Amino acid sequence: MSTEGSEAVIQQASGWLDKARTQWQHFNTWLELDSSHLSPGRQLSVKYFTVAVILFFAQILFGLLAATQFLAPGFLYEILDFSVNRMVHINAMVVWMLYGFIGCVYWLLEEESGTEIVGLKLGNIAFWVLTSAVTVVVLVYLLIQIGPGKDSSLWLINEGREYIEAPRWADIGIVVVILIFFYNVVATFSKGKWSGIAGVLTLDLIALAGLYVAGMFYMTNITHDQYWWWWVIHLWVEATWEVLVGVIMAWSLMKLLGVKRKIVEIWLYIEVALMFGSGILGLGHHYFWIGTPEYWLTIGGFFSALEPIPLVAMVVHALYDAGTHSFKNSNHPAVAWIIAQAFGNFFGAGVWGFMHTLPQINLYTHGTQWSASHGHLAFFGAYATINIAFFYLAIQHWRGNVWMGGGMANNWRWKWALGLLNGGVLGMTIALLIAGYEQSFIERAVGGSTWGGYFDAQNHPAFVSAMAWRLFFGLVTAAGFVLLVWDLMTIGKTETRKAQVIE
Amino acid sequence: MTETPPLWASESFWKKTAIWVTAGSFLILVVLTFDSLSQTTAGSKRVPGYAVINKKIDYRFDKAVNKFMPVIGDDELLFGQALSEEDAKALVDLGKKTVQSKNCMNCHTLLGNGAYYAPDLTKAWLDQGWVSPELREDLMVKFLMDPEKNARTFGSNRKMPNLKITETEAKGIVAFLKWMSSIDTNGFPYNFKTIEAEE
Repeated sequence: MSTEGSEAVIQQASGWLDKARTQWQHFNTWLELDSSHLSPGRQLSVKYFTVAVILFFAQILFGLLAATQFLAPGFLYEILDFSVNRMVHINAMVVWMLYGFIGCVYWLLEEESGTEIVGLKLGNIAFWVLTSAVTVVVLVYLLIQIGPGKDSSLWLINEGREYIEAPRWADIGIVVVILIFFYNVVATFSKGKWSGIAGVLTLDLIALAGLYVAGMFYMTNITHDQYWWWWVIHLWVEATWEVLVGVIMAWSLMKLLGVKRKIVEIWLYIEVALMFGSGILGLGHHYFWIGTPEYWLTIGGFFSALEPIPLVAMVVHALYDAGTHSFKNSNHPAVAWIIAQAFGNFFGAGVWGFMHTLPQINLYTHGTQWSASHGHLAFFGAYATINIAFFYLAIQHWRGNVWMGGGMANNWRWKWALGLLNGGVLGMTIALLIAGYEQSFIERAVGGSTWGGYFDAQNHPAFVSAMAWRLFFGLVTAAGFVLLVWDLMTIGKTETRKAQVIE
Repeated sequence: MTETPPLWASESFWKKTAIWVTAGSFLILVVLTFDSLSQTTAGSKRVPGYAVINKKIDYRFDKAVNKFMPVIGDDELLFGQALSEEDAKALVDLGKKTVQSKNCMNCHTLLGNGAYYAPDLTKAWLDQGWVSPELREDLMVKFLMDPEKNARTFGSNRKMPNLKITETEAKGIVAFLKWMSSIDTNGFPYNFKTIEAEE
């Protein structure tokens, strides 16, 4: 290329860059967010929330692609196959929820400890390291996708184990970042003051970080592989994450509704006892059919049947507290999402889980769309909701702790976003449940899980129409997401009143 | 009110309960984990050694225990080769690694775990879709290496993509699937009619 040619290219590129910069400035001016309203710790927290929202979008987008492939298998065939879309769908979900949780903890850390975050700089570095690593992992998932059957593929591309597909190098990075986060939490509480909430949070984070390590080994024996794999997945999702949500919920009930600390902390201990008391051995419901001994049928069945109890306790907790305070609160959208959390967690994780957890029925439902139905409502109900509640809390303070109660401008937006997101996920859940019933009956009970039986069930009109409804409700969910983001960017913008003070 | 609250409403009671329940449950889990892992090492009663791929494997209803059980039969060599436990392990290991590298689990289920876009692989070795025990090995290897040309869509239009699986890797996968079909999975899947079953 001639010098003139390359100069022209450079000029054009710098022109685009300038344009992008101007657009970005316009966008920021339009947003009218003033970070000086936030403490440095909370500025870190909203960084996590921002990436969480972007990954939430990725989750929905790739979910829609995968849902389309159920109806039109030729769609993106050998370009972005179902396996790739589905992997990005579930990984984006796990990671955006983790980002949300880390954001929530950084949000409450300074106020709860009464001091500034000790390793703020380190926390910021960890944020950028994690975010760069996540970007690289996703790009490799999308562009390289698979490798030869060698260790190098597991280290660099994809570990091929559902939910924890991240290659080994990223696993190590995740552990380091989590340790930095953990250091920040413990050191900040040690410097400031400890509380019941702080204690539970610290112990829970030890378990959360430690358990991840159980999923970082390769094993030829698939029974052992899946044994440890469930240690990570189950003990995260059905134990440590639930307790983490209990901590975040307890803190937010104090702040939003003015519930007394003593009450939320007693509840938190009760929830921890019930959650770990049922959830740790409830792990057994994943050990029915993977080659592990028969005693797991009894232990897993019994303890997982108890798992809904703490979730009932959480509903009672949230609703009773809200009721005794006559729903008087400082942030209407956030409280609405917390109520959605209480019900979503109970129905999604509790009821939908219990419906197919006993081995007598699980023999037929295991590995069918029944699990997908449960998964959708449980992850959304238990974890997406509480994070969204915190997004609203964050935006309220980002705008200078403005009024977020009755008579807000464009009040309809958050209500419609709430309705569309919950309605969309519930619609997908019901559609997948119908598909699951049909599959359990036709493929499993009648067809005996052969490949012929599998496809008989997949080709059945009841299944096909269920998949069409799932896609439709997926689009409803996506519409709710768009509205949610629009609302988060605009809510409270023109508000001049200060937030209601809750005693 | 200066009265002390009853025990069941006191913070310290629930704090202690939470700690003891968590510690107790975790301890039980650790003990059971040691037991489960030792009962399921390759070569145990529940999870046969890798050299089981030299044998004929079937899966039948066992009246005595009232569930479906794997049945290990006489010699039936895989790809016509008798393998030592060590060589068999190497072959199954290659298969397992390939299954992970190719991300099979995000379409298929293995032991019922994974995604639901393609059939379960737990007893894939025994599936009647492979026509007859004589043709099976060859059909499986061909299918894995070029799934589009050898597509088995069962009228669904869903085709496995070409995952650039080499012949050695394909043989490894077949060995892995054969070995996996010999694991005692407590009767899952139920009512499965194998390629060996007589009408």
